[in-house]
Amino acid sequence: MNLFRTTLILAFAFLAVFGEATLAAPRQLLGAQVDLLPALMVYAALNAGLPTIALLAVLGGVWFDTLSANPLGVSILPLVVIGWPIYWRRDLILHDLPFAQFVLGAVASALAPALTMLLLLSGGKDLLVGWGTLWQWLVMTFVGAVATPFIFSLMDACNRALGYQERVEPGFRLDREIQRSRKKL
Amino acid sequence: MFKQKNYLALGAVVLVAIILLSLPSRATARLKLAAGSWFLPLFELAGAAQQLPADLADSVMTRRELLHQVDSLRRENQQLRSQAVQAVAIARENDQLRELFNWQRQSPWRLKLANVVMRDPANWWRTVQIDLGTRDGLRENLPVITDAGLVGRVSSVSLTRAQVILVGDPNCRVSAIVENASRDMGVLLAGGTLDTSLVELTYLASSANLKSGQSVITSGLGGIFPKGIPIGQVVDSRSVEYGLYTDARVKLNANLGSLEQVWVLFP
Repeated sequence: MNLFRTTLILAFAFLAVFGEATLAAPRQLLGAQVDLLPALMVYAALNAGLPTIALLAVLGGVWFDTLSANPLGVSILPLVVIGWPIYWRRDLILHDLPFAQFVLGAVASALAPALTMLLLLSGGKDLLVGWGTLWQWLVMTFVGAVATPFIFSLMDACNRALGYQERVEPGFRLDREIQRSRKKL
Repeated sequence: MFKQKNYLALGAVVLVAIILLSLPSRATARLKLAAGSWFLPLFELAGAAQQLPADLADSVMTRRELLHQVDSLRRENQQLRSQAVQAVAIARENDQLRELFNWQRQSPWRLKLANVVMRDPANWWRTVQIDLGTRDGLRENLPVITDAGLVGRVSSVSLTRAQVILVGDPNCRVSAIVENASRDMGVLLAGGTLDTSLVELTYLASSANLKSGQSVITSGLGGIFPKGIPIGQVVDSRSVEYGLYTDARVKLNANLGSLEQVWVLFP
């Protein structure tokens, strides 16, 4: 487990939740508050280990629910539902391609609010739901999709700048050097 | 192939979620308080950052502007003083009349100013958090207003923060009266999902004589909101359930989309 990458992902999640609670501009401009946790979960599922995914789901979900009127813990399950299948099949996903990141981000950002609302409604909660919810869902999906490649770039840049790099072994080895000479052995 | 430890981790996360969801409300509130305290330094930082432009603007204000402001504030103060004198006289008269008819005396409400520190990050709730808590004497169900009108009620309180459910959230129902000849009474329910300024006033009598622009105020029923707090104005109305009752759309006086400071009413 790369501790620095885990810390970076959790720090980003913390700041993302805080930003969602304090920045009113997306709500005023687009009519909906965007959620970056699903996009971050896509990044974690494709680049980090299982403990990081579990930590992000639990801590990200708890932080989100703390600042929201959601029942505590309700946002954990949707994040898990997003992260686990991607982690499971990550060898088959072309995760370096921005288009793949965009599509995964869109799917994750669409699934997370839908699952959370489903959980809340099945728990008998009275939610603010109407035709406008459809617009909010589309905005969340689109912004999440667009944000995912940026999150990938940002996290990779932070990793390169601040984290330990893997030591790259050179191909050249002395013991494998071919000795050429005219001498007859 | 997915390893067994992966399934164990998945099971552990799901278990944590289920445990958290099944906790009693008091334990959940404490956990939320504990987790919310992690954000306190960021809130302080954000507050200081918001204050900075105002401080800078204050420092570059010219003397002429300041004098102009002082002058206008003095005039406003004089007007308010004369209104306060009238209000005291009216209150005295009201008390005398109440004593005459053996009515219970009304205790005046106290106001406490609070800053809105954050909004609900979820789109399906309409709540804000304010920077007053139990240490400031706050408790659940206290009404919250602005100088324009009703904002909502306090729904949960921690030591330094409180959550306010705004008018228009399905969990904030307000008994209201339309200020017309028949004083029609209804209940304010959820508003639109996109437009925070419109809410639905429902269960009005089918014979209600509603016109656009009529004022809507709190009725005082329900025991949470005192009577007479302005809420908004009627926009339009329609008959529902085959004429059983009337619904009206009300445009709120308070701008809930850009709340910065609110007043909490203490009985």
